[in-house]
Amino acid sequence: MAEDISIKPGPYRRVPPGVHPPADPAYRSTVLRHPKEPLIVIPQTLSELTGPVFPYDRIGPLDHDLTRQHAGQPIGERMILEGHVRDEDGRPVPDTLVEIWQANASGRYAHKIDAHDAPLDPNFSGAGRTVTDSEGWYRFVTIVPGHYPWGNHYNAWRPNHIHFSLFGPSFLTRLVTQMYFPGDPLQPIDPIFNSIPDPEARQRLIAAFDIGLTSPDWALGFRWDIILRGRNATPMEK
Amino acid sequence: MGVSPFQTVGPYFDIFLRRRVPLVMVTSETPGQRIAIDGVLYDGAGTVIPDGLVEIWQADAEGRYAHPEDPRGASADPTFYGYGWRHTDAAGAFHFDTIKPGPIALPGGDPQAPHIMVSVMARGILTRFITRLYFDDEAANARDAVLQLVPEARRHTLIARTTSPGVYQFDVRLQGSDETAFFDA
Ligand SMILES: [Fe+3]
Repeated sequence: MAEDISIKPGPYRRVPPGVHPPADPAYRSTVLRHPKEPLIVIPQTLSELTGPVFPYDRIGPLDHDLTRQHAGQPIGERMILEGHVRDEDGRPVPDTLVEIWQANASGRYAHKIDAHDAPLDPNFSGAGRTVTDSEGWYRFVTIVPGHYPWGNHYNAWRPNHIHFSLFGPSFLTRLVTQMYFPGDPLQPIDPIFNSIPDPEARQRLIAAFDIGLTSPDWALGFRWDIILRGRNATPMEK
Repeated sequence: MGVSPFQTVGPYFDIFLRRRVPLVMVTSETPGQRIAIDGVLYDGAGTVIPDGLVEIWQADAEGRYAHPEDPRGASADPTFYGYGWRHTDAAGAFHFDTIKPGPIALPGGDPQAPHIMVSVMARGILTRFITRLYFDDEAANARDAVLQLVPEARRHTLIARTTSPGVYQFDVRLQGSDETAFFDA
């Protein structure tokens, strides 16, 4: 009977080719680090359909505000970063952990192996974390990160970016990526950004400047939405 | 609406891991057989990878996942969460102190052999590679439906080897003659 049909979530959709980057020799480190054998296609069992459900530990009250984690204020342009985490069908992804890390305004990471000759900022560690709200929204307060050189090839500079780590509802929805800024002249020549084959998919990693999100006389505003894998619906007759 | 693409975790991800609470997967209250997993992450030249992020996800000792999708998830062991992560050390090594998961129910078939989901990211990896860890002392491996999908010659790459009681070695090789079998799920 029609009224007894309920929708049970089916398997996660396979990601179309061109979205996630394959091995790309333009990014030299991939040469020895991407498997050569084809991936083995497996069914989605309970082990794949489940995954870490956060928060597994407490989020501190200042974890989302990278400008207030030290005694003084970090140097740089303050920015408010807000976005909506959804799945491919536009459904919000609530209560999921979002973690970010980034360089300071001079393009230097607070990390012992970063040898870039640019100043560290004692008031900026560069890491934040939050959990999406019941409607899938996240919000950070931080500073605009600087460009930095990397040793990939002669005169190689990374476009400004903020690293993101998300979990979503299953082992299969995990996403680690980078958010870029609009109008950055280094994007067209960056091997990491351009490792994404589909140019349209590439644009999804670029945040939008949003005057409505700015805090007058205090901080710029950027909006960046994140789309995680979605599931097919399987109508089930009871 | 298209999925957001992956980008490499890069070399500096320790910055965000530092903000997490230190990893403790099991306490004295956690039921189940205590095990340790040791592994080394290698690149295609056989060189260790000191900037890798290895994550695991597993069921409790009864084979229940602490997750709403598991029909028994609500009764999962409240002292065992099932998620672990490690930044590989200077020798490319990672270590987890955990419990051996129970067999996992598979609708309409034999239960799956005890296994742990494994995810590998690193500088130089543009996405994320996933695989499974099985145990060399589990007869159920021979009937595990997912393990049988791996060509026989490569199956050993997914089977952690007992080095002493309760201690398993699970090396991950991104390339080479013993390249670990990775999955597309
Ligand atoms: Fe970076």
